[in-house]
Amino acid sequence: MTPAQVLALDPLLIDVDWGVVGIVVLKVVVAFTLLLVSVLFMVWFERKAVSDLQNRIGPNRAGPFGLFQTIADGLKFFMKEDSIPDRADRRVFVLAPYLAAVPAFLVFAVVPIGGDFSDGNRGVIRIFGHDTLMQVADPPVGILFVLAMSGIAVYGIMLAGWSSGSKYPLLGSVRASAQMVSYEAALGLSVAAVVLFSETLSTNGIVAAQVPWGWNLWATGLVPFVIFLIAATAELNRPPFDLVEAEQELVGGFNTEYASFRFALFFLAEFMNVVTMSAIIVTLFLGGPAGPVLVGPGWMWGTIWFTVKLLGFLFLFVWFRATLPRFRYDQLMVLGWKVLIPLALGWFLLLAGLKVADGADWNPIAVVAVAAVGLLAGYGLLASALWAARRNRELEGEVSI
Amino acid sequence: MSDLLRSYLTVFIFGAVAVGLVGAVLGLGSFLRPKRPRPEKLIAYESGVDPVGEGWTQAEIRYYIFALLFVVFDVEAVFLFPYATRAEAYGWYGVGAMALFIGILTLTILEAWRKKVLRWS
Repeated sequence: MTPAQVLALDPLLIDVDWGVVGIVVLKVVVAFTLLLVSVLFMVWFERKAVSDLQNRIGPNRAGPFGLFQTIADGLKFFMKEDSIPDRADRRVFVLAPYLAAVPAFLVFAVVPIGGDFSDGNRGVIRIFGHDTLMQVADPPVGILFVLAMSGIAVYGIMLAGWSSGSKYPLLGSVRASAQMVSYEAALGLSVAAVVLFSETLSTNGIVAAQVPWGWNLWATGLVPFVIFLIAATAELNRPPFDLVEAEQELVGGFNTEYASFRFALFFLAEFMNVVTMSAIIVTLFLGGPAGPVLVGPGWMWGTIWFTVKLLGFLFLFVWFRATLPRFRYDQLMVLGWKVLIPLALGWFLLLAGLKVADGADWNPIAVVAVAAVGLLAGYGLLASALWAARRNRELEGEVSI
Repeated sequence: MSDLLRSYLTVFIFGAVAVGLVGAVLGLGSFLRPKRPRPEKLIAYESGVDPVGEGWTQAEIRYYIFALLFVVFDVEAVFLFPYATRAEAYGWYGVGAMALFIGILTLTILEAWRKKVLRWS
């Protein structure tokens, strides 16, 4: 059989344009390289920036400014003995690093990393005579795909801790899953506010809706951005929400029993998530690659603006780490459930009301007034619930569930 | 091939490359790294002493309640997204219906709050 006949067996592959396939392969390779290089950079940048903030020198031996430190560390992980504990559930133990690392890669597939968004262009560039976007794929449910992948990442951490058959990893992973699912709810609800304005779930569409200066950062009134940033930090298990690997109480958390490159994969996934989550924040709230074109080709400026915004958030995450002390577990849960989620829901309703009022030529002040009355009513219900709780406590004494 | 399928195919290729890369790195490493297993190396780590009892200890039930609450709000988000993309089309009816829906689900948090599930004493 000729190759064409083999391909014809599957109806999907009959009229494959090899130019398109070539572009897809090119984009996949470029995206992978970019992601891995930026992770290497991020690890170095974090160590260097934190040491600067703590008045230390930081890595400075491997290469200029210690730039190759990450590569040296990677090689070391490569050469280390890999041990799987006796008690571990071997299959799950081996599977877990994949579940952590692969979703971290996949999120990057839907991030628009460049392209010309000025003058009504929707980020389309032409290479080899084909129109394409500067992102690996633009599925119509783009942002849901991001949320789905961050959901799968929870499995990686949970199964890693559970399959180790050891106490510290188990405690770390149970803690991690509770933390990550709590903040995932807040994350998803704050994204809904963005979708309200862009009216599409595709990441390309979300960027196109913010051109040129209608960034969701102020269009949605700052609150969803703050919620998303806090929830993303918790979702990434970054300080101040790094209870998952609280060294002082849990040794290393869910990855205690992992050694060699299997451990490095969790490490890699964590930093990859930092890069992709920053890219998602930029896409959702700061207009992604959109920005003014100064001199030269438009697509180049898309990439430049994207990189500048991305670096800003990468530094922000490092800054958080160097500045803020770790949250206590109860504080974490209180912040997530009693503040962020109700706030995200209320803000979503307010924005929906404002949007519909705008369409129906209503007075926005009237909408805010109605919302305030609604909130007051809600607060009244809440206060009565709290009052009832206090009375119950007085009647029965302290009872836990 | 439709655009819809093509973009998912691309994501699939990307995922396959990711799995391949992780597998290749782990596989390549197995040729390079030493392998000298000893019984002491394979016991679970418990701060240096021999592990006591089972590795799968009992965990707090409270973690499980957060998972239940999460299901409520994740399902809620599933309904919020389709509404959010077409909010204007549903007008005030849509806002009212959504407010009622969110209001009812917010009662879940209030109930959990009242039952002191969210408190970590």
